[in-house]
Amino acid sequence: MRAVVRPYRIPLPALAGASLVLVTTALALVFFVVPNDADQGFSQRIFYFHVSIAFTAYACFAGGAWKALVHLWKRDPRADLESYVAVHQGLIFGSLVLITGSIWAKISWGHWWLWSEDQLVLFLVLFLFYAAYFMLRFSVDPGPQRANFSAVYALFGVVLIPVSFLAIRIAKHFIHPIVFTSHVTSNLPGSMLWTYGVAQAALLVLAYTLYRVELSGKRIDARLRELRTA
Amino acid sequence: MSYVSDVRALARKDLLLELRARDTLPAMLLFVVATFVVFHFSLPSGSSKLAASGLLWVAIVFTALLGLGRAFVPEREQRVLDGLVLAPCDRSAIWLAKGIATLAFLAAAEVVALPVFALFFHGISAATVGAVALADVGICAVGTFLGAMAVATRARDLLLPLLFLPLAIPIVVGGVGASVASAPARYLAFLALYDALFGVLCWATFEYVVAEAQ
Repeated sequence: MRAVVRPYRIPLPALAGASLVLVTTALALVFFVVPNDADQGFSQRIFYFHVSIAFTAYACFAGGAWKALVHLWKRDPRADLESYVAVHQGLIFGSLVLITGSIWAKISWGHWWLWSEDQLVLFLVLFLFYAAYFMLRFSVDPGPQRANFSAVYALFGVVLIPVSFLAIRIAKHFIHPIVFTSHVTSNLPGSMLWTYGVAQAALLVLAYTLYRVELSGKRIDARLRELRTA
Repeated sequence: MSYVSDVRALARKDLLLELRARDTLPAMLLFVVATFVVFHFSLPSGSSKLAASGLLWVAIVFTALLGLGRAFVPEREQRVLDGLVLAPCDRSAIWLAKGIATLAFLAAAEVVALPVFALFFHGISAATVGAVALADVGICAVGTFLGAMAVATRARDLLLPLLFLPLAIPIVVGGVGASVASAPARYLAFLALYDALFGVLCWATFEYVVAEAQ
């Protein structure tokens, strides 16, 4: 497997620079520009990161599943590693969702964990699911079989996300007020909306940069191994 | 041979094997009854009926896991899977037949388990029975699929519960909902949706699980 550089790819230093600028801007906006929330005060500012991280994690899982599909469908030799790296980034961001959500819950409601928060419970289920992905992947020897197993399991993930979300919704026997509905935009005033937009963009670019860094590291590692055995 | 006769022959093989060796079913029966006894002692006196209804689903999922863990063991030990993959039949037939055989074992275990549950704890509604039937289909579809992956790994028996339980959470939600809610139709529909979605996904992708290295 020869490492092929795709011509349309954005160079890594540019990506790293862009994520540095965006993350710094987002931090500055969140801490110094945006006004305090009327109900929750200062602590509501974690929302900009918590929700952006959650969306980024979904994007990573979706990207991993897409690459898995490409692997199964087109037999692209690069897709397996790309799928794995995307899922890996997704798991990292998913853990951050659990941590930030837990902190927010502690400050807002006084508990570290709330079963009434759909998004948090969903991420716990996804965390368990994707942690098992790693158990599966690393108990099969590298090769086509491992690539197939990982790809199929990553595809199960994207079906599990909506199914679990629905399950968690209908599992509630009492009505709980939903703070952020699916249309976040409608209950946010202007400055909060674009702060969220910048934070979201920052995290997506950051995730993509990390994905590319990890991918190139793994590719170099694979190439080195190939040369050693040759 | 047509697809249906392939599936029938493969499922018949598993059922015959069980009939002669009696490896799985007695173990599942003993396990589920023992679990109920454990549950009796883990529920403090005065616990609500709802708690017992929830535990029924825990027992079902773990009993199913016991059966699923055994499902592909004969294939692994005798290297039957290599033969099956070489056979000129659609590979999804292997999954479907194994799923049907596992479903038969699970259903047989539940035919005993549900009356025992009613005897030990409280009566069972028709909605619960319907939910158990729907949940069995989903459990066996997904569980057989994951079982086939798990036996091919180094971790084997260790891996199946880890892979299966996160995927079983929606089944438990639907099942418990149908058992305790006053309007169970929504939960039954959810279980049917789960069966359909994951059934199609497993059926379409099983080929890659048993595919030879290429």
